[in-house]
Amino acid sequence: MKTSLRRYTIEYMTAISKDEVARLATLSNVGLDDAEIASLQKDLATILHYVDQLKELDTTGVEPTYDVHYQSNVTRQDVVSDKNLDKDVLLGLAPEVNNEQIKVPKVL
Amino acid sequence: MENTIKEIRDRIVGGQSSAVHELKAALERAKKADSYNAVLSLIEKRSLERAVGIDKKIAQGQSVGRLAGVPFLTKDNFLTFDSTTTAASKILGNFKAPLQATAIEKLEAEGAICIGKTNLDAFAHGGSTENSAYGVTKNAYDTTRVAGGSSGGSAVAVALDIVPFALGSDTGGSIRQPASFNGVVGLKPTFGAVSRFGVVAMASSTDCIGPITKTVEDAQLIMDIISGKDDRDSTTLPDFFDNDKTPKKKYKLGVVKECFSDAVDQKVQKRVLDYIDTLKQNGHTVEEVSLPTLPYSLPIYYIVVPAEVSSNLARYDSVRYGVRQSNQSLGKLYETSRDKGFEAENKRRILIGTYVLSSGYYDAYYLQAQKARTLLIREFEAAFSDYDMLLSPTAPTTAFKIGENIKDPVKMYMSDIMTVAASLAGIPAISIPLKVEQKELPIGLQVMAPRMKDMELLEFSRLVESQGEHNG
Repeated sequence: MKTSLRRYTIEYMTAISKDEVARLATLSNVGLDDAEIASLQKDLATILHYVDQLKELDTTGVEPTYDVHYQSNVTRQDVVSDKNLDKDVLLGLAPEVNNEQIKVPKVL
Repeated sequence: MENTIKEIRDRIVGGQSSAVHELKAALERAKKADSYNAVLSLIEKRSLERAVGIDKKIAQGQSVGRLAGVPFLTKDNFLTFDSTTTAASKILGNFKAPLQATAIEKLEAEGAICIGKTNLDAFAHGGSTENSAYGVTKNAYDTTRVAGGSSGGSAVAVALDIVPFALGSDTGGSIRQPASFNGVVGLKPTFGAVSRFGVVAMASSTDCIGPITKTVEDAQLIMDIISGKDDRDSTTLPDFFDNDKTPKKKYKLGVVKECFSDAVDQKVQKRVLDYIDTLKQNGHTVEEVSLPTLPYSLPIYYIVVPAEVSSNLARYDSVRYGVRQSNQSLGKLYETSRDKGFEAENKRRILIGTYVLSSGYYDAYYLQAQKARTLLIREFEAAFSDYDMLLSPTAPTTAFKIGENIKDPVKMYMSDIMTVAASLAGIPAISIPLKVEQKELPIGLQVMAPRMKDMELLEFSRLVESQGEHNG
């Protein structure tokens, strides 16, 4: 099995830069400190090197499969469901509530 | 085996026991097994109320369900009432679900009693239950070894006889692999067979939920109850699970060549091949079949699934629920809550997913992976035109030592080498425990069937079980 006996060495650390890791962290809104960025750089390089072998496959003319059922959009009538959740219960889940609204720091 | 689901239910309804008695005994067993860290939380008040209610109905001669009074546990990524649903993460550490998963509702409608939540890798990201924010779950046979994952808690709880069945979720092997590591039965149904409403989403194109049990018959019963179309999960298929099929006498079985390479432990290969020989001796047609794209299923999986994970975990922003770390600014709110709320493996997958979906990389990674997925699906279809079932070991090794694979993410991913293919293709697959010598670690046989042939898969699995190879 191709996936068996590979060695993952330190040379792959250059496959993804610290800046790229920081960029990904920004895109996904996960705050990372320098130690985490360094650690993830190593891990991501290892993983990316491993998945890179997919380039070996010839997929010319092959359609992608996003859904094994090959479904189209499933719709229903635009009618309010009778399975509603209690507003107070939902508000009770929020970390901060004020006047029946969920409170967050100002956006702008 | 005095504790199958039916046996427990029958003695409750028959009066030899009671729902309350069985519940209390199960809670006791759960507490005694505390050192395994399989159970994260117990639901004592609600379960007692329900047990009392069931006993009352029985006393009044009212009809009760097929699972009346039967206690069970569920993986802590299933939303349940009167309990926390943490997905073994910090960010959901305080989350109390306002609704229940459809699967839980269906089981409760038949009288089953959810006594608690089991440990998992946080957000189901992992193959060992070492990625939990609430500690490692230990293997039922050897506490220096992992439970497997991500449904490690559920598999260990059933192996220890705390409850006769537990629910798990399987995105790439997370029911089957821990079942294999703990000598129990674990079923991943056809994608879409069982509603995922109320289950924390990981990868929406492969997530399946299913039962972990001691016997195939029990898995069949649970499957019959939890499967079915649900308007609240638009990926569910119209009802197709038919509990009344007659099993075949002789099967055509394909042994997947690529699952017996040097990536698989010799002991595991030998045990599985020895068993497959028995099948041949019993008159089934057994032949080798090749799925050349199967070795690529793991790289396909570790592109597609992190991509879907990065999308599904975007909702954990601590705005509407969950643990919020900062109110300094909106940006800090998101960044710190997610940084503190996710485990290392969650971050790896979110970042890889973000990378493979980003412009410049999308075609080379994500699109290529989904095309390769089509090739894999075609190979399965071709194989199933010749064979009823496909066989392989469930995992390349027996349960590894705690800490052994945690430093190298790819080494950890290798544990899924045989299970991800069925997930990508959406086909049903089961892990059946093979009999091993005392002192030996459990080994699972994986059987795969075509899409929507879950019943056929279970019927064949009962045959495997009845031939005495089941670790009973």
